[in-house]
Amino acid sequence: MGAHPHVGAGVLRNEDPQLLTGRAIFVDDVHLAGTLHAAFLRSDFAHGRLLSVDTSAAKRREGVIAVYTAEDLGDYWCHGPLLVPPPPIAGLTFNTATLVPLARDRVVHVGEPIAVVVAESRYIAEDALEDIVVDIEPLPVVVGLEEALAPDSPVIHEALGTNVAAHVVQQKGDYEAARGDAHTVVSRKFSYDRGVAGAIENRGILADWNARNEELTVWDTTQAPIPIRNGLAERLGLLQSQVRVVAPFLGGGFGPKMMMFYPEELLIPWISMRLERPVKWIEDRAESFFATTNERLQLHEAELAVDSEGRILGVKDVFLHDSGAYDPYGITVPINTQCTLLGPYRVPNYYSEFTAVFTNKTIVTPVRGAGRQHGVFVMERLLDFAAKELGIDRVEIRKRNFLTPDEFPHDHEILFQDSAPLVYDSGDYLPAMEKAAEMIGYRKFLDEEQPKARAEGRRLGLGIVSYVEGTGIGPYEGARVSVEPSGKVQLATGVGTQGQGHFTTFAQIVADQLGVDVTDVHVVTGDTREFSWGTGTFASRGIVVAGSACHEAAIVVRKRILSVASEALEAAEDDLELADGVVRVKGSDLSISLGELAVRANPLRGAVAAGAEPGLEATSYFGPARGTTASGVHAMIVEIDPETLEVSIQRYVVVHDCGRLVNPVIVDGQIHGGVAHGIGNAFFEELVYDDQGQLLNASFMDYLLPTATDVPHMEVAHVETPSPLNPLGVKGVGEAGAIPVGALYAQALEDALQGAVEIREIPLSPGRLFDLVQDAEADS
Amino acid sequence: MEVTLTVNGVEHRADVEPRLLLSDFLRHGLELTGTHVGCEHGVCGACTVLMDGAAVRSCLVFAVQADGCELATVEGLAPGGDELHPIQDAFREAHGLQCGFCTPGILMTLVPFLRENPDPSEAEVRAALSGNLCRCTGYQNIVAATRLAASKLREVEV
Ligand code: FES
Ligand code: FES
Repeated sequence: MGAHPHVGAGVLRNEDPQLLTGRAIFVDDVHLAGTLHAAFLRSDFAHGRLLSVDTSAAKRREGVIAVYTAEDLGDYWCHGPLLVPPPPIAGLTFNTATLVPLARDRVVHVGEPIAVVVAESRYIAEDALEDIVVDIEPLPVVVGLEEALAPDSPVIHEALGTNVAAHVVQQKGDYEAARGDAHTVVSRKFSYDRGVAGAIENRGILADWNARNEELTVWDTTQAPIPIRNGLAERLGLLQSQVRVVAPFLGGGFGPKMMMFYPEELLIPWISMRLERPVKWIEDRAESFFATTNERLQLHEAELAVDSEGRILGVKDVFLHDSGAYDPYGITVPINTQCTLLGPYRVPNYYSEFTAVFTNKTIVTPVRGAGRQHGVFVMERLLDFAAKELGIDRVEIRKRNFLTPDEFPHDHEILFQDSAPLVYDSGDYLPAMEKAAEMIGYRKFLDEEQPKARAEGRRLGLGIVSYVEGTGIGPYEGARVSVEPSGKVQLATGVGTQGQGHFTTFAQIVADQLGVDVTDVHVVTGDTREFSWGTGTFASRGIVVAGSACHEAAIVVRKRILSVASEALEAAEDDLELADGVVRVKGSDLSISLGELAVRANPLRGAVAAGAEPGLEATSYFGPARGTTASGVHAMIVEIDPETLEVSIQRYVVVHDCGRLVNPVIVDGQIHGGVAHGIGNAFFEELVYDDQGQLLNASFMDYLLPTATDVPHMEVAHVETPSPLNPLGVKGVGEAGAIPVGALYAQALEDALQGAVEIREIPLSPGRLFDLVQDAEADS
Repeated sequence: MEVTLTVNGVEHRADVEPRLLLSDFLRHGLELTGTHVGCEHGVCGACTVLMDGAAVRSCLVFAVQADGCELATVEGLAPGGDELHPIQDAFREAHGLQCGFCTPGILMTLVPFLRENPDPSEAEVRAALSGNLCRCTGYQNIVAATRLAASKLREVEV
């Protein structure tokens, strides 16, 4: 074994046997005797005055235990917290409208819960929803972003008197002056829409109030069990120690499983306390389209000022952002757009202004990428258009503008979502671009393959784009490492896990310090009884923040092991080595196992030194000063069927930099999944609302997730610029793959269509491409 | 209504409502929760089980329709103890799962597929899996795992 036998290796996952055999426990797999089942009555209208709710017939139905409306909640009814207050940006306007547990006198989006039925079975509960009579007086609906800001628009939150959720300007340098010096200015309008997270497991909650011990246990499909525990305790008037929140195995998260609070999350525990029975609610797929947050449209008006060589002098971007009906996440999504737009480039002057707008639609919160897609699309498209106008190769224009390694840390002089200055910690963008160009065969494609294909009447196109991703933000996470008398290691941390492989990667980090096998490190995560401090899994931060805490705790335990062993073996610590679960005196047969040391560290008799702590255990916390910047380049070759405009991807290349790789197999898997999500966003997925705010495609039959035949084989390579901001040198990777795909599609399709159309929007589809081609032909 | 059916070789007799979905019966009636539910409208494939040897979506079948049938679920796949079925082994080796929620449905889809197609091409595997949604993996390692599974199964057969 080398110094780091596990970190960096593609070790098999510890969690797989459980998952593969069907033994892993997801929320809906928890069965408690006497459980009641809840179903929610949801608004059919996007906007309306709630005049009355008559639940009397529902209450009479056999098997129904209770029905609750907003009235029944008493003091428990109140607006939820503002989860992410906006950063302190000068001149910022921010209007808060946070969720309510059940609509009281107004409904503001389709699917907003109005009443909840609790019954002996879910079947009965759903029957009883039909018995409820609701009277809603429809109000004019706010759907479009520009319309929402019109002076005569209906206002969604009357107390605010406006549909403006936020207005933010961030700038550096002097864009207008730079524009004056420019050789060329390209300006365009863009629209970028996104859709659902689409975790295959829907949300769910099981709450069990034990009236005898006065303890509440909640199994919740949350990415953030500890904040949920803290919030529930506060709202229910319980001590935090009376509330245990468990996020067991989760069937994917991708952002929306991190909310505070979803109405169901607040109500199910409350009902369990009222009824003193376990109560379960499992979302169905149709509900998830309305009741689980998603991401959506931004409209940009942007311009790029360059010199005659294509060097960026400045960027200006003014955009509208759809917040949906409430804004519990503050400005997280649009500020990500604003910050990520700058990409890997040197942008001396930047003016960015956005207005976030309330609409009568499902709430927008981060979904894998969290607004970064929109920004990357705008910047990459502007560079493409500038390159074309100046006659510069598109790879070349990017290379000319990349930040170089000597420019790090690079301060962009604006604030990021975590309120810290947007400073890139490290990166090396040129080699990634060169590698991607080489892997995709950039020159050969342009010089030989594409002309040859064109001569045969085939439409082949290539795209190549780059992006950065701010990852691994604070505030902090913790980890507790303990060596048990069996010699096995227990590792507890607070973040939830949704398939990222934390049971393995965290174990790898600890195994290296303690000289044990990865399979001997048992990871517990997402159970507030096991670890009580932390925030959650979001913003590509698990491995960076929690991983670093695991590392720090393991280092402390390693020291304790060596100190106890030095006494036991009567040898200097420097003469000891730790491997294969034992401490050995170098060059001798003298050794002692970790298990024996754990026993010695926790004696039953005798005296211990003053101040000594028992056991081989340590808890550490890690809080990075700010996020760490990952980056990448994606390239692809597509072929478009000239008749149907069906697009097939022939090659897909990713060169990614997330610093040091803890487990390259898992990292590549994260990238694959991200790219697939990005492909869905670019070409398959769209939430189609009508002018009444009705979602027209709320099922997997009508809203298309990409399938195995839609996602191509991906060739993934890495460059590694370690982060200086954490001891492992890692950067986050969870969202990366999804971020540049829209920009990539646009460039590749434009190329395949030989510049017949200019693509300024996402998502696309064969039908939409057809329209664009027709429009372009009509124009010319 | 009374139903009698066999699941993973064990006979079960139960009195069920005619409208009870087979997926709910397996998961909540028999507490065989390895079979997952992702859409309840027949698209995602997470609920796939074998009914008399054929892969079916248990969310599209009523429990009463399974009366007299032999069912197999993911719980019955591994031979027992710590040992995994060759398909399960291949999924672990090739990192063919992340959250694992889609996995049981995919495994059960592959059992009859690999029986009939012992040496499938990548395109054949992708087509066979096109009715199973996975949001985590981008399918690449699932495809690789399936082809690895095929080779493992071929070795077992020989
Ligand atoms: S749950 Fe049956 S196909 Fe989705
Ligand atoms: S592994 Fe998560 S849905 Fe397939």
